[in-house]
Amino acid sequence: MIKFRLNLKLILILFTTIISAYSLAATDIFEFNNPQQEQQFHEISQQLRCPQCQNNSIADSNAQISVDMRNKVYELLQQGKDKQQIIDYMIERYGNFVSYNPPLNPATIILWSAPIILLLIGSFFLLRRKKDEDK
Amino acid sequence: MSKKLMLPLVIFILICMMFLYQLYRNNQGENITDLESAMVGKNIPEFKLASLFNPDETEQIEITNHNMPAQAYLLNVWGSWCPACFDEHPFMLELNKKGVLLIGMNYKDDRLKARQWLANLGNPYKQVIFDPKGSLGFDLGVYGAPETFFINKNGKIIYRHVGVINAENWANKLNKIWQEAQ
Repeated sequence: MIKFRLNLKLILILFTTIISAYSLAATDIFEFNNPQQEQQFHEISQQLRCPQCQNNSIADSNAQISVDMRNKVYELLQQGKDKQQIIDYMIERYGNFVSYNPPLNPATIILWSAPIILLLIGSFFLLRRKKDEDK
Repeated sequence: MSKKLMLPLVIFILICMMFLYQLYRNNQGENITDLESAMVGKNIPEFKLASLFNPDETEQIEITNHNMPAQAYLLNVWGSWCPACFDEHPFMLELNKKGVLLIGMNYKDDRLKARQWLANLGNPYKQVIFDPKGSLGFDLGVYGAPETFFINKNGKIIYRHVGVINAENWANKLNKIWQEAQ
């Protein structure tokens, strides 16, 4: 009985090591100059959207293009570019689509105004209904 | 029926109509995952890459943005690893026969495999830029293959098509853009 238990533990340990080795292989390995730079890298790659998979950030996606974009973010950080410069660099090539925080301009105005418009429509109906009830 | 009950019904029908309209457009070939290119209206970015047909590594035929054709052409992004490019290839040969000037961009590929591919299937391209690391691809905002850029006689990118070009979408839409590029 004891022997069986030990074996089970051994198998578990074996499995966890295999799995952790695998997950390590799936993430790219970057060497950062300092913790701030690493922090910035994560911030930027979470704010950029994968053009291929569309509803993932490049941090979450393993599509080829996301890997390329992460490498580019790293490369630009190493060159001393700041967050905004890097995001602008990506937008210049991949369009506003690529940013989860697009700038306000005539092409993106609908993104920013839609919630407000919907809210106004909703409150209009709500107020009207209340009036009806008061009557 | 009272007016109060009518309103949700009307909204419901409107939403259904919106969905139907979008389904219809998808059916007409609109692909919602196609992104508008940020490069439209701009020139080809600066680049300096080798030709796919370099005899070997020591003898480089260099292609830069300055020696691209001075007339309208299509820049077709392809790779021998890309099954959709294989589907597209026969129509590329046909376009070449029709007199459309095609420049290939071999994207993230192996030189020998790419040359073998063209040797087996035929080469519709006047020149092929070899971009193994995808550096020009990145500057062009390429996010997959095949993609095709329409470049007009002044060297400006006027359109980017994502996905396969075939006889159908050429006749329906792309031929017109090609005529505009001239």
